Amino acid sequence: MSAVAVEKDVYRLAFDRLFDPGETGWLRERRTAAISRFVEKGFPGPRDEAWRHTPIGPLTRNRWEPAAPSAPPAAEALAALAPPEMSGLRAVLAGGRLVPELSRLDGGRGVEVQGLASALRSRPDELEPHLGRIAGDDANAFSELNTAFAVDGVVITVEPGAVLEDPLHVIHVAAPDEGSAVLSCPRLLVVAGRGSQCRVVETYLGPSGAPHLTSAVTEVVVGDNASVDHYKLQREDPGAFHVATLAARLGRDARFADRSFTLGAAIGRNDIDVRFEGEGGECRLDGLFVVDGERLSDTHSRVDHARPHCSSHEHYKGVLDGRARGVFHGVVVVRPGAQKTDASQMNRNLLLSREALVHSTPQLEILADDVKCRHGSTTGQLDPAALFYLRSRGIGETEARSLLTWAFASDIVLGLPVPALRETLTGYLRRLLPGSAILGEAVA
Amino acid sequence: MLEISNLHARAGDRDILKGLDLAVRAGEVHAIMGPNGSGKSTLAHVLAGRPGYTVTEGSVLYRGRDLLALAPEQRAREGVFLAFQYPVEIPGVSNVYFLKAALNAIRAHRGESELDAVEFLSLVGEKAKDVEIDEELVKRSVNEGFSGGEKKRNEIFQMAVLEPTLAILDETDSGLDIDALRIVAEGVNRLRAKERAMVVVTHYQRLLNYIVPDFVHVLVEGRIVRSGGKEMAFELDEKGYSWLEKEPVTSGARP
Repeated sequence: MSAVAVEKDVYRLAFDRLFDPGETGWLRERRTAAISRFVEKGFPGPRDEAWRHTPIGPLTRNRWEPAAPSAPPAAEALAALAPPEMSGLRAVLAGGRLVPELSRLDGGRGVEVQGLASALRSRPDELEPHLGRIAGDDANAFSELNTAFAVDGVVITVEPGAVLEDPLHVIHVAAPDEGSAVLSCPRLLVVAGRGSQCRVVETYLGPSGAPHLTSAVTEVVVGDNASVDHYKLQREDPGAFHVATLAARLGRDARFADRSFTLGAAIGRNDIDVRFEGEGGECRLDGLFVVDGERLSDTHSRVDHARPHCSSHEHYKGVLDGRARGVFHGVVVVRPGAQKTDASQMNRNLLLSREALVHSTPQLEILADDVKCRHGSTTGQLDPAALFYLRSRGIGETEARSLLTWAFASDIVLGLPVPALRETLTGYLRRLLPGSAILGEAVA
Repeated sequence: MLEISNLHARAGDRDILKGLDLAVRAGEVHAIMGPNGSGKSTLAHVLAGRPGYTVTEGSVLYRGRDLLALAPEQRAREGVFLAFQYPVEIPGVSNVYFLKAALNAIRAHRGESELDAVEFLSLVGEKAKDVEIDEELVKRSVNEGFSGGEKKRNEIFQMAVLEPTLAILDETDSGLDIDALRIVAEGVNRLRAKERAMVVVTHYQRLLNYIVPDFVHVLVEGRIVRSGGKEMAFELDEKGYSWLEKEPVTSGARP
């Protein structure tokens, strides 16, 4: 028996240990199918096309133990990590499990925010059409692990026609477990009813310490004419591993936007999968990743124009220093008959060192003939002419480099309509950039 | 104020300046003229400290100090200013606030207190009016989407705000229509002062109708081959440069 097979048996055994005889039948089936597929395929390797530029050896060398129910993190520890100003509802998860003491789930108008475990007990039939179905097709190994092991999470249900003023916050904290390599499988399901409107902010935090893998899955159902703005801030510990799938299905005239900020983790991977299931849908995907040292950030996006008259626009930016690696792979599929599709994809990367590396492959697969599609990718260093121009006016080299880096990265940050998120990100980036006292005002 | 002796410089593997001598005293305006490729812009860039040039021989003293030993930002803080031939567009960086950071860096270097936002904006308003540049324009990203004339005026505007001791203008007149040229020249003339010196690099005599220099130097193949008063500019305009290219180098740059 090969070493790899032994490793996979570990996950099968862990799955059998977690068996809950009271769990609803369809879910049990989906979990069993997921663990079987995972055990069959194992973790991806360099031969898998979707992981070719994403070496995950440091991740797969660990034997991950699904997070055990454990004491919630201290409120002070959380306060130190969480965004400072959060009005409105929030759900806090530790190691993938809801922490009711730190959450504020009640009092929303037109929205229900509930723990997944609780929702599975009280209204499994309502979740059946969505949970594991949205992210079900062609799920990667990490998504399968999540489906198998996600015992808890958050379900957000927005009533038809409800317009939510305050953003809903979902905060994931890695389990504060010392010693073993812990696997957290947080799961979020957002179901936005017809004509509703909401903003959801996911924040992933992790204390330093034991090796940690977050394998997250977020599923979003955007009903006809509904609008969902999803934000994700990933600032796990620089030694952690973070692999996440975001899957969204858009109804007729639905609108979905995702803005993703990758700041933490040794390896951070985002798979984003959007499908238009009705005409007239609109989708925006924006992202910024900032990595240094030996860290890696990977974004794989796939937008499926299955229906006509839909538009999708993507803009991903990366800032890389040290020996960091970045991967962007974006696919836009325009199916036969999806006429009047308007799609664009842009990836821009800034390399702050000679050793940093980016693989960028935007792709279009167009099978309709009356469409407007464009894509592009640029990777470069700071413009030496701009650097000299600033220095020739008296600005120090360090400050000039910081100023140009900030100018490259800041547009997506400053445009954020969620103040708590904007301030957190601005503060983080300023601390990252040396001599940043001059940055405050100098960005147009 | 500025003493350049036997300056040799190369860009990449090409020798461009080949023994250039020039002395500029406070209060003087010197025009450097010459054909394309004679080394005019290289001289301006070497003085400002642009990376990519290597000085292989000679020296440059600025107020008695070795200018070439200073980083570009140190030169700026010591009062050297280069008006670029091709001002750089910097998307995302606010023109006016980057200028505030620059001015405060210079002031800190001089041991002066920083200007606050109110003081600075009133200075900006005054200087923008002087160089007839739209105040909204100077608040946008540095040179982004500016017309050629607006870029040059922005250079003069920055110069007016920073009030350098030694201003080097690298073909600031090129590509300007007569109205823009007049505005640029007025901006320069307004800064003329007995404690300040200017080196005006130009390809065309036309500018010198507006900025009347104290001295004119002709740069050919990396050396100053002729120096004279402002009348020489008219002579050059009539005859061109070719008759000078064959001439032996006159001794000393100072007439």
